[in-house]
Amino acid sequence: MKRAGFDSRWLPILLLVPQLTIIAVFFYWPAVYALKSSFFLQDPFGFGQTFVGLENYTSLFDSSEYLKVANFTVLFTVLVTFFSLALALLLAVKADNVLRGAKTYRTLLMWVYAVAPPVAGFMGLLLFNQRWGPLMELFGHFGWEFEMGADYSDTAFAMIMISIWKQVPVNFIFFLSGLQAIPKAVREAALIDNRSASGRFWDVTFPLLAPTGFFLLIINITYALFDTFGVIDTVVRGEPSNNPMTLVYKVYVDGFRGNDLGGSSAQSVILMVLVLALTVFQFRMVERRIHYT
Amino acid sequence: MADITSSVAVPAPTRRRIRWSLIGDHAILIAGSLFMLLPLLVLLQTASTPDLETMKNGPGLYFGDQLDDNFRKAMFEASGFSGANTGLSMLKNSLILGLGFAFGKIVIGMMAAYAIVYFRLRFATLAFWLIFTTLLLPLEVRILPSYEITQKLGLLNTYTGLIVPLIASATATFFFRQFFRSVPEELVEAARIDGAGPVKFFIDILVPLSQTMIAAMFIIMFVYGWNQYLWPTMITTEEDMYTLVRGIKQIVQVLEGNEIPQYGRANVLAIISVIPPVAVVIFFQSWFVKGLTESDK
Repeated sequence: MKRAGFDSRWLPILLLVPQLTIIAVFFYWPAVYALKSSFFLQDPFGFGQTFVGLENYTSLFDSSEYLKVANFTVLFTVLVTFFSLALALLLAVKADNVLRGAKTYRTLLMWVYAVAPPVAGFMGLLLFNQRWGPLMELFGHFGWEFEMGADYSDTAFAMIMISIWKQVPVNFIFFLSGLQAIPKAVREAALIDNRSASGRFWDVTFPLLAPTGFFLLIINITYALFDTFGVIDTVVRGEPSNNPMTLVYKVYVDGFRGNDLGGSSAQSVILMVLVLALTVFQFRMVERRIHYT
Repeated sequence: MADITSSVAVPAPTRRRIRWSLIGDHAILIAGSLFMLLPLLVLLQTASTPDLETMKNGPGLYFGDQLDDNFRKAMFEASGFSGANTGLSMLKNSLILGLGFAFGKIVIGMMAAYAIVYFRLRFATLAFWLIFTTLLLPLEVRILPSYEITQKLGLLNTYTGLIVPLIASATATFFFRQFFRSVPEELVEAARIDGAGPVKFFIDILVPLSQTMIAAMFIIMFVYGWNQYLWPTMITTEEDMYTLVRGIKQIVQVLEGNEIPQYGRANVLAIISVIPPVAVVIFFQSWFVKGLTESDK
């Protein structure tokens, strides 16, 4: 709070009421509800529920299907995060270098930010179309019979490609603004000290971008875990059957399709713990950055 | 001293190399731009050609003449059973969701941030933590209980049920809190000396000062709301409540079911769902980038 504030008793409460009401009803209530249902077994026909303790959790970790989905989620997250960050960094460094056409490149490289994930997935369906998809045909020339929706790893490949495509712009915007924030004096000093462009990049630019990169790392992990839902749902056409899926998608499939409220809630709680751990880690690292550099 | 003179003398021999590296830079940027554009081009091409041709030959390298015909079908003919989900009605719902969400989020966020930053409040710390914990858990993790509660409240297939649960996170509040804290304190003191009360200070001084921030937030939130998929998919079961992005699910099913898939019409709908948010981001680029990159501080 500011040192010079206003002394009113009721006004601040009045101002806070809308926000607090909404989060109480649509945030805390659902969160507690999920936590509670994760300890119960729902009757499939809706006749009440029985307390089962941690059974919903233990049966998850015993299920080979859940572990398979968890493994895929880890792989998916690592690949999407790595490639969208690397590609965006490359493009941002180049866009920062050139003078001519800089604005056009910037626009062309960031408009995809505004495309909804399911629409990105829909475009993927066209590109990988089984009958005439241009990318499917391209891969065919190299002897790769691409079968999206039928072959597990091909479908995974398509999901990863689309998710990277969708995420590059956000990273690009942040990296570019990080690059433009590097003082001119530092750049000139680096130019004198280090003749090779790649040397300058690794010794000077990259360390200076590290805070941005770290912030983006968290953003990208969260994106890959949660926001790719639309991509996955469109690519598998709502029919998960034998296709790869992520943990969030499984929460939806089990809870909404399979009517397994207990199991789905247990999965939600596991994801909540995961996100909390990620955030605590992020705060720790940010604190360290402030203290020691 | 010797070092400096030698490095000043270098430019002449390296000029050639620099030119080559510049061409390389442009090549990479052009390749990157094409990578981003390719899906849109395929979408445009298939939206402008007859469906039969697309089915036979796939996307070609020319632009067809069926765009207006497909546009008419997409906008005014319904693809569902009830006949209520024309492109026009989905466009309307998308606009309501995008604008309603952005507006609600900003108004509620600014009010809460103002209370937290400018008032001596007994439960300030508690309120702060209650509000900012919501930043930690995205809607996707608590999707099922949120659905059950919305259902209990009788809000399925309503705009309230569509918009309000999405507002239940503190991103805008956090953003405005950061901004209000950067506003010089002398302003409040001056306002108090001049006899301005808290309401007058907020409306006459703080809101005009925040204009750019409000614009930036509005763009980000509009795009975010417009692009929502999972929540609208769960909460709207009646076709006249579908948004464009939610409608994608049905478009895909239409493609499956028909003898000759209606690529043209489906793709026009996909294009319509992309144009408004993309246009907003491109036209208000500098505000949008500022809002986005400043939200992490």
